[in-house]
Amino acid sequence: MRARLLWLLPLLALLAALAWAGFAPIHVGSREQVFDIPLGTYARRRAGDLVEILPERIRLTLGLNDVLLIRNHDEVPQTFGPTIMMPGQSFRLPFERAASYQFICTAHSSGQLSIDVEPEPDTPWARIHWRVREWWENRKK
Amino acid sequence: MIPRAFLYSLLLTGALAQAATPATQPQLKAGVLSPILPAPALDLAATDGKPLSLERFRGKVVLLAFGFSNCGEVCPVTLFTLASARKKLGDAASGVQVVYVTVDPERDNAAQMRKFLGSFDATFVGGVGTIAQIEAAEKSYGISVSRKVYPDGKYTIGHSSSIYMIDRAGGLRAVMPYGHSVDDFVHDLKILLRS
Repeated sequence: MRARLLWLLPLLALLAALAWAGFAPIHVGSREQVFDIPLGTYARRRAGDLVEILPERIRLTLGLNDVLLIRNHDEVPQTFGPTIMMPGQSFRLPFERAASYQFICTAHSSGQLSIDVEPEPDTPWARIHWRVREWWENRKK
Repeated sequence: MIPRAFLYSLLLTGALAQAATPATQPQLKAGVLSPILPAPALDLAATDGKPLSLERFRGKVVLLAFGFSNCGEVCPVTLFTLASARKKLGDAASGVQVVYVTVDPERDNAAQMRKFLGSFDATFVGGVGTIAQIEAAEKSYGISVSRKVYPDGKYTIGHSSSIYMIDRAGGLRAVMPYGHSVDDFVHDLKILLRS
């Protein structure tokens, strides 16, 4: 009887973890996903260096991290999507609709940036999926 | 028994802390630039017969966008949205000026743009000029323009479709990407008109 209960313990722990991941509200430190364009980006690119400052695809989640903040620390203006950021300037772009957005971005060697804005994970399964993916991606960093 | 002076000092500290806490700034739905820099100058002709410079509209919130009168998709939606936002603002709309600069200087003259813009809102002012003047304006705002030529020689133009929000002091404050609703514009214009 006791041996059977011991077998059940990992299963119960897994169920408890899944219950927590599915039902506990998700808290993130900030809704802003920050990207910095460092000093010298333009010069490095002119010298032939295919420097990638920003990922070509950025994923945001409504209600959690749904604000993109790009800061231009370079000494030349950088075009991001709808606007030019002067040296020292930042651009804070909030998203309120889940969709895939394509932007022109001179900080990329491809000149393009995709932003996927996903809906807020509001079901237990969506929360589990979100947490597992975040954990997996942070583990790789 | 708690001394009265202690209670008063507690109340005073609380009041001071409250006063020192900055009021939460209402957030714009548009993308916000920081620090705010002066909006790049325009050196164009306006559809009302006067020179088009942003100084003319100092004291008003300027919504600046780029497009062309033969545009069949993006421009009518943008202009309808901006006209609807002005209507929704009521009397406050007098503090908002829409400026629409052509990206098609070969076909858009002042009369053509005036007629096009007037079909949405008679207060809208268009910007026209030579190819060099228009290219300079596009460059200063980071506008990308691409021309697609059809076999019959006619062409259409793909162009950046964001709306630049210039505050009453002439600072380029925010950029609203294409596709936002009338209510989003009304929301942001109310904030900009208050500030």
